[in-house]
Amino acid sequence: MADSSTQVGPPTNVLAGAARLFDYWAIAYKRTWKGSAISSFVTPLLYILAMGVLLGGFIKGDPSKLEGATSYLSFVAPGMVAAQAMTTVFGEVTYPVMGMIKWHKTYFSMIATPLGVPEVILSHLAFVLFRVATTSAVFIAVMACFGVFSSVPGVIAAFFVQLLIGLAFATPLYAFSAGLKDESAFSLVFRLGMIPLFLFSGAFFPVSNLNAVMESLARVTPLWHGVDLTRMLTLGVVDWSMVAVHVAYLGVLALAGWLWAVRRLGRRMVL
Amino acid sequence: MAMLTTSVGRAAASPVSAGEATGLLLYRNYLAYRRAWYIFVSGFLEPVFYLFSIGVGVGQLISGFEFNGQTIPYAEFVAPGMLAASAMNGSLLDSTFNFFFKLKYNKLFDQMLATPLTTMDIARGELSWSLLRGGIYSAAFLIVMVAMGLVSSWWALLVVPATLLIGLAFGGVCMALTTYMRSWQDFEFVTLATLPMFLFSATFFPITAFPTAVRWIVELTPLYRGVVLCRELTTGALSWGSVASVVYLVAMGLVGLMIVRRRLDKLLLT
Repeated sequence: MADSSTQVGPPTNVLAGAARLFDYWAIAYKRTWKGSAISSFVTPLLYILAMGVLLGGFIKGDPSKLEGATSYLSFVAPGMVAAQAMTTVFGEVTYPVMGMIKWHKTYFSMIATPLGVPEVILSHLAFVLFRVATTSAVFIAVMACFGVFSSVPGVIAAFFVQLLIGLAFATPLYAFSAGLKDESAFSLVFRLGMIPLFLFSGAFFPVSNLNAVMESLARVTPLWHGVDLTRMLTLGVVDWSMVAVHVAYLGVLALAGWLWAVRRLGRRMVL
Repeated sequence: MAMLTTSVGRAAASPVSAGEATGLLLYRNYLAYRRAWYIFVSGFLEPVFYLFSIGVGVGQLISGFEFNGQTIPYAEFVAPGMLAASAMNGSLLDSTFNFFFKLKYNKLFDQMLATPLTTMDIARGELSWSLLRGGIYSAAFLIVMVAMGLVSSWWALLVVPATLLIGLAFGGVCMALTTYMRSWQDFEFVTLATLPMFLFSATFFPITAFPTAVRWIVELTPLYRGVVLCRELTTGALSWGSVASVVYLVAMGLVGLMIVRRRLDKLLLT
């Protein structure tokens, strides 16, 4: 990226344009990363310690009740990794997006250059993905020390799944935030969206513990697909047809969200 | 004319009483929240979600815990813990973020001090508001607990005042700490203290999970005192320890309140 300042003329394609904005995100994060350290790294580890290790000590490691896991810790760890990927996205794609449009107006200065709306969104999403990648990598590395993963390829695949989960939440949520006029809706997004997803999408307990209606509701949430996919990979109990369903679901969500985001931000910024 | 000057003089000579000042501040907060009522209402849902998820969902994996000699189902064990923790979290929101915003950004307290209100009125009024809010949430949560059959004693009626004590303790101390905050980033330290309390104060599992040394530390934390107090009330197993918890929480709240007043004096009146 060092040579981006020496380039002259408008960028040739969307990717090259988005790459030029990378400097902005890198500099901004270099100044604020400390604030995100506690919420990104300490929080999930405390949850693992409390729920996985200590509460898990009171739970019998019965694979038939824990979707194939031999201990509650190895059941809850992949769930927490996936849930953390989601909560990171919620943190990065709600208030910050509104800030860039409404409060700091940084987006307006970005599109005053030869860069357009798709470039702005792409580079912002790249930064969000970077946040998801770093927090997931740290989380997965620490969990590996607890010996809860079954194989190395499974863990690596689980890491890439986190990026897919991140993207599947990031694009639709981005589109939602991009068109929003007032920030008070965000507290509802957190309380009625993120927290129920966090608590009921199979991260803490098998969704089959819910009643029939709630269970089928949980199975259509994107987080459940992400949790189940991550768990299958880390436990090494892989059902490939389900993998295909999960990947397709998350992929379609990410793509649809992207198209919606370009439309919605375009209307807000350009027209 | 003479009548007017005497009444003005009398008003200036006798500023509003403590009760009137608190009432005014409560009314002000009510007006401010009237348009954001859904934020107020949705705050109640958070502990209920936790209760259903952890208590009911995870509860199916656990046979139950022993508390004061009797075995109780997991949901019954977790519910008072969630209630106490949400009393802490609820009062935290008003006493940290919202208090900081009013103090630093919209200069609300400067404006209030331009009226006959004093710094003590502000500290007391703001704390009363967060207690009122917390009390409403607790009462609603208690109704959910009763409906789910998670309450086994009439002592449970005292759970609402008990959560007010938790709110008082955390509200007072956190407001005091907030007066020292420099920026929003500093609030990460509050999270660093309250999140471990939320997770480890015998909310989700009994304290027997810890080795003895850690156990002592946990028993000294204010949230643990609050959790145990609530659990003793909902199961009807009161002891002298309950009295100690009450004294602890009240003392913590009052000390916090005194510091808030002194700090507001220093920040706003000099």
